[in-house]
Amino acid sequence: MDRWDWGFALDILPDLLRGLLITFVATVLGSVLAYSLGLVFALLLRTGFAPLTVVVRGFIEFVRSTPLLVQLYFLFFVLPQTFGITLGSLTVGVIGLGVHYSTYTAEVYRAGIDAVPRGQWEAALALNLPQRRTWTGVILPQAIPRVLPALGNYTISMFKETPLLLAIGVLELVGAAQQAGGNAFRYLEAYTLAGLFFLLLSYPSGLLLRRLERRVGLAS
Amino acid sequence: MPDNLAVLVSTLLHGLPATVAATLGGIGLTIVLSFAAGLALLSPLRGLRVISRGYVEGFRGTSEVVQLFFIYFSLPLLIGFQLVPLWAGVLVLGLNHGAYGAEIVRGAVQSVPRAQYEGAVALSLTPAQRMRRVILPQAVLEMIPPFNNLFIQLLKSSSLLSLITLAELTWQAQDVLVPLYTHQAFTIFSLVLVLYLLLALTITGVMRLLERRAGRMLGRRRPARSRTDALVSTVGVG
Repeated sequence: MDRWDWGFALDILPDLLRGLLITFVATVLGSVLAYSLGLVFALLLRTGFAPLTVVVRGFIEFVRSTPLLVQLYFLFFVLPQTFGITLGSLTVGVIGLGVHYSTYTAEVYRAGIDAVPRGQWEAALALNLPQRRTWTGVILPQAIPRVLPALGNYTISMFKETPLLLAIGVLELVGAAQQAGGNAFRYLEAYTLAGLFFLLLSYPSGLLLRRLERRVGLAS
Repeated sequence: MPDNLAVLVSTLLHGLPATVAATLGGIGLTIVLSFAAGLALLSPLRGLRVISRGYVEGFRGTSEVVQLFFIYFSLPLLIGFQLVPLWAGVLVLGLNHGAYGAEIVRGAVQSVPRAQYEGAVALSLTPAQRMRRVILPQAVLEMIPPFNNLFIQLLKSSSLLSLITLAELTWQAQDVLVPLYTHQAFTIFSLVLVLYLLLALTITGVMRLLERRAGRMLGRRRPARSRTDALVSTVGVG
């Protein structure tokens, strides 16, 4: 097939791999932010302090119902203009991904915390454990391992959404493919390879997570 | 309140028809593909199962942006003509979310109690009657909440079409308004976000209505729904 040029595919491979590295960095940092912020949201929602829970719940629903791409543009233009904070586009991308996905992980943590049996709370109370110890010593150590597969699924989703960062100028995998293909007006090889990279990485990790889920997942 | 608010809003609203068209078209294609692939996943024919499994994993395993760019930029090199942005967009939104929807359909059909199958067999209904009259009406009710989440994901994904120059909501903001009123980016993007929120709320409203209707047709009261069940099933691989 003369439309597919193996030589060109090999030529652009190093550029794509460099892009893949940026994709990894964004996914890992975005996940770290999403996992921590999500836990904070989940705990805030459990405080039972009505004004706070209304605000957090509203924020979560809002972020979840609107496109990540628009949120990225928002951060990209508004952070420097309105708040005078100038950040690199990768940093803005990581913040966008992390905040967006934290609204999903908050729900995952909530489900995990709810699934800890009542008896555990009662036992902690009977032992007169302080609030802090109840959470760090009893509840979270049981809740978090069980939600790890669900959190992992969101990392895979995030991995597949990192190409949105090209819209704010991050040269991740697809951005690199766009550039490599654009220079030579050959888009077939670049996007096919980018697609293959995603498939080869996300499908096996999905299978691994499914196995993990069978071992530690919530009974539901 | 900026004094050119009317200009901003009306320019954004020009993008609304394209967003709505892409979303509705995408939802239509998603429903068709979800049922076709979802039922094929349960088919006794091995070949059919393999094909639909390949479709589902292929589209769930790759990034939507890559699929969009491939269909819009790469495919023309193979087939010799380029799709207009709206059709390319509907195709990608439908193909991508149809792959997630297939799992929803499969899961819902499998969740119908075994006794319902046995009852249909005992009444000597044909397999087609069994599916259409007994299994699907019950399964569809189960599908509505996860499909609600999927359609909201699809609405959000329609913003990607701005990257292939479809003049929808996001494009009107990023490519028309921002170059003109850069210093008002805060207002512009806040308006865009609110418009998407309203569209998402509309989808949820319609789906709630459908759910109540489907429930009534089965003679059931409104089912107790669990938020997380629906959420976890639409996103990710699980």
